[in-house]
Amino acid sequence: MYAAHAHDQAHGDHAHSPGGIMRWITTTNHKDIGTLYLWFSFTMLMVGGVLAIGIRAELFQPGLQFWRPEFFNELTTMHGLIMVFGAIMPAFVGFANWQIPMMIGAPDMAFARMNNWSFWLLPPAACLLVGSFFVPGGATAAGWTLYAPLSTQMGPGMDLAIFALHIMGASSIMGAINIITTILNMRAPGMDLMKMPLFVWTWLITAYLLIAVMPVLAGAVTMVLTDRHFGTNFFNAAGGGDPVLFQHIFWFFGHPEVYIMILPAFGIISQVIPAFARKPLFGYASMVYALASIAILSFIVWAHHMFTVGMPAAGQLFFMFATMLIAVPTGVKVFNWIATMWKGSMTFEAPMLFACGFIFVFSMGGFTGLMLAIPPVDIQVQDTYYVVAHFHYVLVAGSLFAIFAGAYFWIPKWTGHMYDETLGKWHFWLSLIFFNITFFPMHFLGLAGMPRRIPDYALQFADFNMVASFGGFGFGLTQLIFLAAVIKCIRGGEKAPDKPWEGADTLEWTLPSPPPYHSFETPPVVK
Amino acid sequence: MMGRWTKRLVAAAACAPALASADRYNLQTPQSIIAHQIYDLHTLIFVICCVIFVVVFGVMFYAIIMHRKAAGHKAQQFHENTTIEIAWTIVPFLILIGMAYPATKTIIAMKDTSNPDLTIKATGYQWKWGYDYLQEGISFYSSLATPRDQLDGNAPKGVNYLLEVDNPVVVPVGKKVRIITTANDVIHAWWVPALGVKQDAIPGFVRDSWFKADKAGTYRGQCAELCGKDHGYMPIVVEAVEPAKYEAWVKDRQEKMAKVAVADAPGKIWTLDELKARGEKVYAQHCVACHQPTGLGTPPVFPALSGSKVVTGLKEVQIDTVLGGVVKDGKQTAMMPFKQLSDVEIAAVITYTRNSWSNKTGDAILPDEVKALRK
Repeated sequence: MYAAHAHDQAHGDHAHSPGGIMRWITTTNHKDIGTLYLWFSFTMLMVGGVLAIGIRAELFQPGLQFWRPEFFNELTTMHGLIMVFGAIMPAFVGFANWQIPMMIGAPDMAFARMNNWSFWLLPPAACLLVGSFFVPGGATAAGWTLYAPLSTQMGPGMDLAIFALHIMGASSIMGAINIITTILNMRAPGMDLMKMPLFVWTWLITAYLLIAVMPVLAGAVTMVLTDRHFGTNFFNAAGGGDPVLFQHIFWFFGHPEVYIMILPAFGIISQVIPAFARKPLFGYASMVYALASIAILSFIVWAHHMFTVGMPAAGQLFFMFATMLIAVPTGVKVFNWIATMWKGSMTFEAPMLFACGFIFVFSMGGFTGLMLAIPPVDIQVQDTYYVVAHFHYVLVAGSLFAIFAGAYFWIPKWTGHMYDETLGKWHFWLSLIFFNITFFPMHFLGLAGMPRRIPDYALQFADFNMVASFGGFGFGLTQLIFLAAVIKCIRGGEKAPDKPWEGADTLEWTLPSPPPYHSFETPPVVK
Repeated sequence: MMGRWTKRLVAAAACAPALASADRYNLQTPQSIIAHQIYDLHTLIFVICCVIFVVVFGVMFYAIIMHRKAAGHKAQQFHENTTIEIAWTIVPFLILIGMAYPATKTIIAMKDTSNPDLTIKATGYQWKWGYDYLQEGISFYSSLATPRDQLDGNAPKGVNYLLEVDNPVVVPVGKKVRIITTANDVIHAWWVPALGVKQDAIPGFVRDSWFKADKAGTYRGQCAELCGKDHGYMPIVVEAVEPAKYEAWVKDRQEKMAKVAVADAPGKIWTLDELKARGEKVYAQHCVACHQPTGLGTPPVFPALSGSKVVTGLKEVQIDTVLGGVVKDGKQTAMMPFKQLSDVEIAAVITYTRNSWSNKTGDAILPDEVKALRK
């Protein structure tokens, strides 16, 4: 399919790059930066995970055991912010950095120095976020949605979170500009848009979403900042402002944001399934159209997060219909993946296990999403554990499982070694089981009426909370298996061939494992 | 019919037959027309989703079992089929229309707050609810009644742990009750699951919703919008009673309010001890959540009163602070205005704070002094 690429493994352009820590600080190489993003993301996953364990420990039984209610709110807020902006988003940018140049036949990203800057903005932002726990009054406790006017009441931790979001937003925008430019200008000859691997397509669309909505978030939090310190009244009703305005602005960012966190996951799954079914992706064109429809629809559904603010019936109806429409392209994607598996010749190594787990569990999150799109039902379950279950099904079993699928899929290429398949399988099965033990009972809790973001609960919710906490501790510990598998793979292991997966057919597999420092110095020709 | 069927389905799926009622796995037993419609809508969509789930994942698991390399299956290379791709775009669309139709009817019904028999204004405060019966002229606050010892684990937890209040909302059965919501500080949400009502309470704005309780009973809910540290501790309790009983309750409440008005009538001579005793009650209801029983607060957001310069300084300054709240850089802080309290209540609570903990001013603030400073 692709012309074999002649490369020079021994070319010695490493000489001019510094060694040690300075190599990482000054690097402009897409692979180094991809690695930095992925390690940063994993570190944040661990930090956010520790906060989650703090939450589940308090909720293990009714009563206040460990934390004061205000600190509990800090835990839930920071868990959300750290996981969304620190773990999931940077992980996908890490994949983009490593994979996009290799998949489109380019030597590196378009703006190599800006690439370095977009990564190195993240650690200071993370320090501001995590450091905010230690300022007077602690971290912000207004929920990751930072709803005003509660967020205008917070202590200085809120300001640190706002600055962190500004910096992370700038980083995301620069990353997005880089990705769009790379994809549009640096594809190998012969690779038209409709021949690009699906992962590249998902990132092209995601990058446009990022550019469209990150400034909106920056605007929203800046308005909170000026309301807090500079006498404005955007969200203060007593001064003529409107608290609900914040929610409109936030969710105009927030809904595309959830697709920013899931579209690249769709991309990874669309690479993994054909590779292990040994069969081309079913319905490539309809996959691209489905992605584009999801992205466009994501801009007109934001108020389904706000059905209880008291909008008129016409508003509820519009946002219900628009939201339900998203089920159509999402369904098309799931059907296409299953049709790709149909009459294939499947094997189930760790990437494929995570991909199958993704489809299965993500779809359950899709069904609860459909339920939440119906305003009367949403009224009952809004701000309950049903919503917590829903977004963890799409964000953990969706995005995070896809990240694991991608990591196992490409790590032989990145390190030149095969990972330990036994560890990978243990990691998958324990993750899947503990994930469901943690989050499935939350559907029941939400339906029965347990609000989210409470440190203590009525007695009828006690048993399911105990089950969920047990599952949560297990899920957290299971992720250490992933760390072990990755470290083992980096340090050694069976030598990986150029193309370790029989059915894989994209350009990165024509490079040696590990690939040369500048992926493609001569562009390959795509027929 | 459908409801019962799903309950069984869900209970069976959870494989826990020993665990009491189906309420644990599903929406609470509906007690109003809207709650019934929501319940049935949820059941309908749940069943449709289950059918789709079984069909789609039946196909996937069939492929996983039959089309494995280990089972000797050879991969076919097809990758397109326009007919089937159009079919699986259109069929889900039609199913969605089938779901949207009943949902639309319910949305229109739940939004119709016209012609209520009774209107109650619910005001969210950090962290309690205030209720005003607009026609009857009844007003009261409703706070968590669970004792602190139960929260801290020093006493066994009662049946209605965290779901009990000192003053429940009393409504007549079978009458259309319109709930108007607003808030004093941040956004709260008034939610009673069994009655199918959840409505955000937004400071500076008024929203409404309605319910009609099918039968007498006590229905419990909680604040549903994160509103600060004690968000989990501001439950809602609605007692639906027969209309005659409701009338009696209204009369009783009105008489009680009249008695308080007489007792607090202007011109009454208050002693320091009387004011302190009354102030302790006011403090417990309105101030203690932030400033704490110790008067030490939880700085920096909620400062200490014990040893505070405001509380031990000029009394006019403190009266102003309580009436108007604290505004810093043109912004309202967490210290909200308490001008909704009566002159007696404000005088009493200020007297209490000036003579408690480490504060020993010996001042007795008289209601007239508060009245003089009201703007």
